[in-house]
Amino acid sequence: MKNKKTEPAQRTEMAISAVLRTGVNASLVLLMAGTALAFARGGYGHGADEVTRLTGSHGTFPRTLAWLAHGIAHLDGQAVIVSGLLLLIATPVIRVAVSVWAYAKERDTAYVIITTVVLALLLLSFALGKAG
Amino acid sequence: MPAATLLLGVSIQKAIAASIISVIATSNGAASSYVRERITNLRLGMVLEIATVSGALVGACLAGAVGGRSLFLLFGIVLGFTAWSMSRPKRTGTGPIKPDPWADRLRLHGAFFDQAQGAEVSYRVGRTKTGLAVSAVAGVVSGLLGIGGGVLKVPVMNLAMGVPIKACTATSNFMIGVTAATSAAVYFMRGEVLPFIAAPVAAGVLLGARTGARLLGRVSAALVRRVFIGVLLVSAVQMLIKAIQ
Repeated sequence: MKNKKTEPAQRTEMAISAVLRTGVNASLVLLMAGTALAFARGGYGHGADEVTRLTGSHGTFPRTLAWLAHGIAHLDGQAVIVSGLLLLIATPVIRVAVSVWAYAKERDTAYVIITTVVLALLLLSFALGKAG
Repeated sequence: MPAATLLLGVSIQKAIAASIISVIATSNGAASSYVRERITNLRLGMVLEIATVSGALVGACLAGAVGGRSLFLLFGIVLGFTAWSMSRPKRTGTGPIKPDPWADRLRLHGAFFDQAQGAEVSYRVGRTKTGLAVSAVAGVVSGLLGIGGGVLKVPVMNLAMGVPIKACTATSNFMIGVTAATSAAVYFMRGEVLPFIAAPVAAGVLLGARTGARLLGRVSAALVRRVFIGVLLVSAVQMLIKAIQ
């Protein structure tokens, strides 16, 4: 294998790997910080009742983006956790978007088309999921 | 997932939602290491993703319209057969793969450094069209039955396309996150992702997947293959049980 550092294909791998690692680290931090906040503020209580309350169906999730923004601004543990979960779900999608950009930079038309199609299909299924 | 339903009394829908979150966490956590170590065949993953994502879309639309029982039976048999063909003396990697113009044009051939062997493993990819077709089926199945498509993607890449087992598992892992993200979004909108259940599951799996990913480089390819055959057999039995129940 050639050891040229500036090989474009290698840069694509680095970019994708960086997206994945950043996504993983950031969602881990958010999940742990959210849980810690919830504990600190008494979000988690004691006893069996509390377990039932936390794991039972409130049916009130996923609230709105406004709820999320408000919650994060007020350091609400649950809102911070939700943002971590959303980031976790979004990471693979961001990864596809970044690969479109990376292949465009490589001037690799075939792969720009392939990754754009994947991204379009993903967005379509998100749209259908929301509607269904 | 059974632990969540049995021990905590969580409803099955919410347990599935948490398990999908854990699939994404596994994929993200492991892929972040594999891509950097260059075991993942990125191009192959991107190409096959077209088939898996469109398959998953079709599967999600068909869900409910097709009887689950016969499907579980069919795939139980398919997986059992796959486990058998993978356990036969290996024929991949030794013989030359038939030249495939698609794989040449898409530059799918790959190479990675195998830590366990202490050598660079380079391979040529064949039968791209078969790979695409089976990946589409894998996508439909995961949309329909809610199982990970990995049990179908790894064998097709390994047996049909001639990709070494380590590159198969890494590439399949890379692709699974994208398919799971679409289902996770649906569960999220329905309000079935409970933060206080999903958070510890996701955090634990993220850390675990990274450790597992570090192991893949070091263990031998034969061990990876044996473990995977075990996973195939367990999934086959699970599906047959679901078909009978």
